[in-house]
Amino acid sequence: MSDDGLEKGREIFIEEAQELLAELETSLLELEENPADTELVGRVFRAMHTIKGSGAMFGFDDISTFTHEVETAFDMVRNGELAVTTNLINLTLMARDQIRAMMEAFRGGPQVDEERSTEIINGFKLIMAGVGAEKGHTDESVTKSEITTESHTTPQAEIISGPASIVTYRVRFRPAPELFTTGTNPILLLNEIRQIGKATIVAQTGSIPALEDFDPETCLTYWDIVITTEQGVNAIKDVFIFVEDLCEVKIEVIDEGGIFDEEQRHLKLGEILLSRGDVSLDDLKGILGKQKKVGEILVEAGITDEAHIASALAEQKHLKDVKEQRQKTDTASIRVPSDKLDKLVDLVGELVTVQARLSQTVTDFSDGVLLAISEEVERLTWELRDSTMSIRMLPIGSTFSKFKRLLRDLSADLGKEVNLTTDGAETELDKTVIEKLNDPLVHIIRNSVDHGIEQPDVRVAAGKSRYGTVHLTAGHSGANVLIQIQDDGKGLDKNVLYAKAVEKGIIAPDAELSEKEIFSLIFAPGFSTAQKLTSVSGRGVGMDVVKRNIEALRGTVDIKSKLGVGTTITLKLPLTLAIIDGLLVKVADDFFVIPLSLVHECVELTKGDIAKMHGRHISNVRGAIVPYIVVREHFLINTQRPLVEQIVVTEVDDRRVGFVVDYVIGEHQTVIKTLGRVYKDVEGISGATILGDGTVALILDIPKLITVVEKIESNSYEKALAV
Amino acid sequence: MSKTIMTVDDSASVRQMVSFTLKGAGYTVVEAVDGKDALAKLAVTPVNMVITDLNMPNLDGIGLIKGIRALPDFKFIPIIMLTTESQDSRKQEGKAAGATGWIVKPFKPDQLLGVVKKVLG
Repeated sequence: MSDDGLEKGREIFIEEAQELLAELETSLLELEENPADTELVGRVFRAMHTIKGSGAMFGFDDISTFTHEVETAFDMVRNGELAVTTNLINLTLMARDQIRAMMEAFRGGPQVDEERSTEIINGFKLIMAGVGAEKGHTDESVTKSEITTESHTTPQAEIISGPASIVTYRVRFRPAPELFTTGTNPILLLNEIRQIGKATIVAQTGSIPALEDFDPETCLTYWDIVITTEQGVNAIKDVFIFVEDLCEVKIEVIDEGGIFDEEQRHLKLGEILLSRGDVSLDDLKGILGKQKKVGEILVEAGITDEAHIASALAEQKHLKDVKEQRQKTDTASIRVPSDKLDKLVDLVGELVTVQARLSQTVTDFSDGVLLAISEEVERLTWELRDSTMSIRMLPIGSTFSKFKRLLRDLSADLGKEVNLTTDGAETELDKTVIEKLNDPLVHIIRNSVDHGIEQPDVRVAAGKSRYGTVHLTAGHSGANVLIQIQDDGKGLDKNVLYAKAVEKGIIAPDAELSEKEIFSLIFAPGFSTAQKLTSVSGRGVGMDVVKRNIEALRGTVDIKSKLGVGTTITLKLPLTLAIIDGLLVKVADDFFVIPLSLVHECVELTKGDIAKMHGRHISNVRGAIVPYIVVREHFLINTQRPLVEQIVVTEVDDRRVGFVVDYVIGEHQTVIKTLGRVYKDVEGISGATILGDGTVALILDIPKLITVVEKIESNSYEKALAV
Repeated sequence: MSKTIMTVDDSASVRQMVSFTLKGAGYTVVEAVDGKDALAKLAVTPVNMVITDLNMPNLDGIGLIKGIRALPDFKFIPIIMLTTESQDSRKQEGKAAGATGWIVKPFKPDQLLGVVKKVLG
């Protein structure tokens, strides 16, 4: 049912309940005059019953729980276990007013006095205790109703569970002849069974008499079912839940995915018939001496009929199929140590480099035959590269499912009630990326639960459900993977963040920041909005570490938040760390690679442009002012600047920064080589790649370069001020 | 042609919810306010299935189930009764009277559709 429908249902429920309550008042007053009128008692009971049942259905759990006691009391009156007394009438009238108040509260009226509710309920319990004590009636039913409400509100917590084992069951479904008189269609039940797993169903029609004696209103057929499923025996029992009194449903396990020993899998026909109870061991032994097929002999000897043999044979075939299927899936995957894969990726990287060199050389030769070969090699190399990369891809689901436990423990620690829901668990990511993603995700989820999701009573007071939700999503977006952590907590408070940042000296007291900039303050080192440190998030690791880790993966972090509604953190990560699409640029004789995912556009920079801006490092790109970094200056390349340079405009965190280079050569598939130990701490370079002719090109770490340059400039600015 | 289901309940909100859910799933729905109303409507409207509450004025759910099973046209149609946790003895009565199955209140729309699919196909 859509929300709209639910809303409409709620309105009707309240209207109807108001009517019922009015009627209830009259009935109660009449009942006080005629305590023995069973019709009146019935009316009161029905009113309470409807309010309770419909209340729960439309989400009025408090009303439903409260009304439960009154209903129980009147059920006892109905059964003659409880007398109608003035006390009971008084209490019920009070309860009626309380229910009315609860409904008013829902429509925006004053808050309900919880204490009064408890008083009234205790009053009912007291009355019933006199009769109920020896029967243990009241207490038991209270707990029961609480349990059922609970299980209705937390269905999502159970979504993720480990893979169940695949089991084959033998089911004999033998309905009573009068099955049809209850409106049951056994064919539908068989169809339902087929949806649970791979099923082989054999109908046993041996008891159906000749046509003249046949009564079509009785059910004389029964069914032998062999079903292979991972849903467990309860799923099968559920199918027959309405007919369990009217049918014989015998369920036996005959094969458990690979756990049973080899011999069990090859049950012979005779053994199957024996274990089904269709023939006895003596009969079987007596017959086995002869040399015909067991089935034929058994039928000839009149021990069983062909239908039973056919059914047993069907089971034999089903088991054989299941076994074959299992062997297929067993060989479908092999485990390989990851260092072997790393070696393979390395080799493919070398091959890609050599191939680039080949293409380059062939272009110089301009020989048609060589060109054709080179193109063929290129195609094969890309295919090889793609399939090698895909070997390293793993679904992110296993990481997701670990968080379920994390969330459970966290909620318990903090006294909160939180559900974890996930989407896109099948999204594949490079193994190394998944590994490095674990810690940042743990931290973000912790933060969501600790700082984001409110305590249950606070949530209820804010008109939200008691249960907070953390929703994890993963999905592909081009060459990137987007991972979203969404909570429906209290959201980030801009004013609190701002004040905190000023207090910590992270920003100036009069700084003007956009909403986005304020949100990203939480990534500043040493920033924490928690009023006090808790055992959960006060571990000295902040969101700054999260951001660093994600950036180390060449990813970005984005925050969106709405006060009172919740926060969404989006991580954008490359699919693989081994290869990037890069833009190859040249400064003097040096080559650099800029990750293509960050490149926004390329524009020219002439001497005239520089003069216009009086030498300041800013440029006018179609009306927008874009600051730039001159790569030549930053890396101290002491050669003449050409007359016309190129600005590669990049976009990081929604900010545009240009990088000035001599030439833009073009797109380049870059196999990343990590820098040696000596160079690994060089700021602004994230790695290197080898070009077709063997030249080394450095990969620019764009976000890092921007921060480094900003730092240098603000330092010199402050120095200038100090002077 | 879409199948017709009758919902019998003295609570308008329950009828509304059942009816809304079933219509959303493509069924045609006939509403009746109690057992007596249901039997009267059955006499003129053929239905493929009945979903009935047990506690109702005039004619209750058990009476209605017995009444429907006595009608030659509806002898074999599925009848689902809406029960609550505390009504186990009523459930047994209902089954004895010829109910096909039951749904325990409160229930969610999906559970209702699941049961309808189970008994109606």
